[in-house]
Amino acid sequence: MSAKQPELESLVARKYRHGFVTDIASDTVAPGLDEDVIRFISAKKGEPAFMLDWRLKAYRRWMRMEVPTWAHVHYPPIDFQEISYYSAPKQNKDGPKSLADVDPKLLETYDKLGIPLHERARLAGVAVDAVFDSVSVATTFKERLAEAGVIFCPFSEAVHKHPALVEKYLGTVVPVGDNFYAALNSAVFTDGSFVFVPKGVRCPMELSTYFRINASKTGQFERTLIVAEEGSHVSYLEGCTAPMRDENQLHAAVVELVALDDAEIKYSTVQNWYPGDENGVGGIYNFVTKRGDCRGRNSKISWTQVETGSAITWKYPSCILRGDGSSGVFHSVALANHYQQADTGTKMIHMGRNTTSTIISKGISAGHGQNAYRGLVKVLPGADGARNHTQCDSLLMGPHCGAHTFPYIEVKNPTAVVEHEATTSKISDDQLFYCLQRGISAEDAVNMIVNGFCRQVFRELPMEFAVEAQNLLAVSLEGAVG
Amino acid sequence: MSDAGRTILEVRDLKVRAGERQILDGLSLTVRAGEVHAIMGPNGSGKSTLTGVLAGRPGFEVVSGGATYLGRDLLAMAPEERAREGLFLAFQYPVEIPGVNNVYLLKASLNALRRHRGEPELDAFEFLNLVRSKLAEMHMDESLLNRGVNEGFSGGEKKRNEILQMTLLQPTLALLDETDSGLDIDALKLVADGVNALRSPDRAIVLVTHYQRLLDHVVPDRVHVLAGGRIVKSGGRELALELEQRGYDWLREGTAAA
Repeated sequence: MSAKQPELESLVARKYRHGFVTDIASDTVAPGLDEDVIRFISAKKGEPAFMLDWRLKAYRRWMRMEVPTWAHVHYPPIDFQEISYYSAPKQNKDGPKSLADVDPKLLETYDKLGIPLHERARLAGVAVDAVFDSVSVATTFKERLAEAGVIFCPFSEAVHKHPALVEKYLGTVVPVGDNFYAALNSAVFTDGSFVFVPKGVRCPMELSTYFRINASKTGQFERTLIVAEEGSHVSYLEGCTAPMRDENQLHAAVVELVALDDAEIKYSTVQNWYPGDENGVGGIYNFVTKRGDCRGRNSKISWTQVETGSAITWKYPSCILRGDGSSGVFHSVALANHYQQADTGTKMIHMGRNTTSTIISKGISAGHGQNAYRGLVKVLPGADGARNHTQCDSLLMGPHCGAHTFPYIEVKNPTAVVEHEATTSKISDDQLFYCLQRGISAEDAVNMIVNGFCRQVFRELPMEFAVEAQNLLAVSLEGAVG
Repeated sequence: MSDAGRTILEVRDLKVRAGERQILDGLSLTVRAGEVHAIMGPNGSGKSTLTGVLAGRPGFEVVSGGATYLGRDLLAMAPEERAREGLFLAFQYPVEIPGVNNVYLLKASLNALRRHRGEPELDAFEFLNLVRSKLAEMHMDESLLNRGVNEGFSGGEKKRNEILQMTLLQPTLALLDETDSGLDIDALKLVADGVNALRSPDRAIVLVTHYQRLLDHVVPDRVHVLAGGRIVKSGGRELALELEQRGYDWLREGTAAA
């Protein structure tokens, strides 16, 4: 008889907690994409002419582009004509004027998700913009933010109320033809969030957006634009969930950040899209382009992401370090359990002098999950004194998963200092036995060890979200040992 | 009422294999409450296998024989259940868990035991007070708490950390696997103090050791010599001194002849 220590491999099986469907009437356009659909979306949103032109330009670029195949992910070809490009909950006229006008069923959905829309939001000091399928539902704390001069509103509202700002910055970080999915997003995006922090203002609270895909056979294409003027500061968090469905759903978002002189943007993501079931059926295809432009001197952009969901994750939140003395930071935890595939990382493009970048990537693979880190550190000829430090750690759980690292380093300036460290480790039987011998259950032990592995990243998250991230990781790993 | 004298651990004719190798070959041992036993023996005699099997370390196959703990079939219990029932193993090679605060592991461990006993869990504040008092008793530095579990600890620090855990968890049966090896005299003294503080009429302690110098500080009730996978000689404290002078070879020859 041997001791009954649970085998590491088999602790992975809890159900996705956010997998409910809200029964709500919605306005959904028939599947398929052509210029008429784009005109329909633009008309539906009552957009000014410059937006329609911009969308059509993107669409025409997209038509000539090929689906990228270089990522370390495998999935059947997507039929882009099968997807519906617009779905909105049916509403009285032009959408809610305040929380009181929002369909109570929608609010109930957000309640189930644990999103603090009402009082909880105030307690937490978090302003929330909630995007349900394609439409932004409610934005809390508008007045308090307005007093500080901060604009935080649904993207479609910004197009109407602040068209000059939108026109000035939209597409300046991620151009319409940047890549296949960014071009698609530019053509069809329906909503998202817009943030503008004026010169010298420190945003008085954390800003947050919650995305949820509800309708079936729809894609979600949101667009977020954050502009921080000289000397301003803003911290922003996005969270995502989706119902459980057998078919795969597409999420192709674009996020653009612009930081002017001495400005700082901190962007955190807790991504928990439906990952598919334990056999790899269903789940979200998460093909996202996120890029920040450190346009001004001494500006700073930091990305923190915790990616536990999605069947496929394809995203590389990046920084263009244009301003002298600017800095970019990327902290990432990516989990691939069951049959999830993640290909994620960052690009740090050093253009200005004395620019610095830090990359800390923690990849966790369990079950049959495949996790790839893909990163580019590029130092251009003018970037005297550029510095980069990259640390890339992988944790493997069980014999069937994989961890892959694809670091690219291109240095064209002799004064640059670029460091790359990488480790791959396993949760060892010794570590597990040590915890068991101290009376701790296998499941708690695994969570503890994994959280320890991720600590460097979690401590970058705002407190309340760090706790959420830890819990999320625990849920996502359930059944990974047993 | 004292529990002195009741049987805490009883090992009967235990035969254990690891892979193809027979490591324990008919080992028997009875440990009663209030007793301190020392198990000595040359390298490769099966000392660490014994503590490993008793604590539930994977990788061993029990061929025959058995062990009871407080009257229960020990080998049928899951490792975490053994721990929660008061069996503690101080590891010969304490394991590093990077990024996990030592104090976090200690608290999770103590609360797991308390939950099992139906006692309320300690909150962070209560726990910190408790662990600080234990640190003071052991003359140990508080900085040990906020480092990763055994991460970058020196050999001596790792061993002291084991003793801290033992002191905190107050086990009914403590197995110490060569906790004294590689320690300087101050650290050895500290380990001995920890063990002596734990001695009580309702607990038992099994020290596995290669050398008798720990036994200068912790006086055992019984000393056993383990060779070739079984106990070949048992005696009082004087046996340890004899071993120190004569080595183990005379006993090994003895078993071969028997």
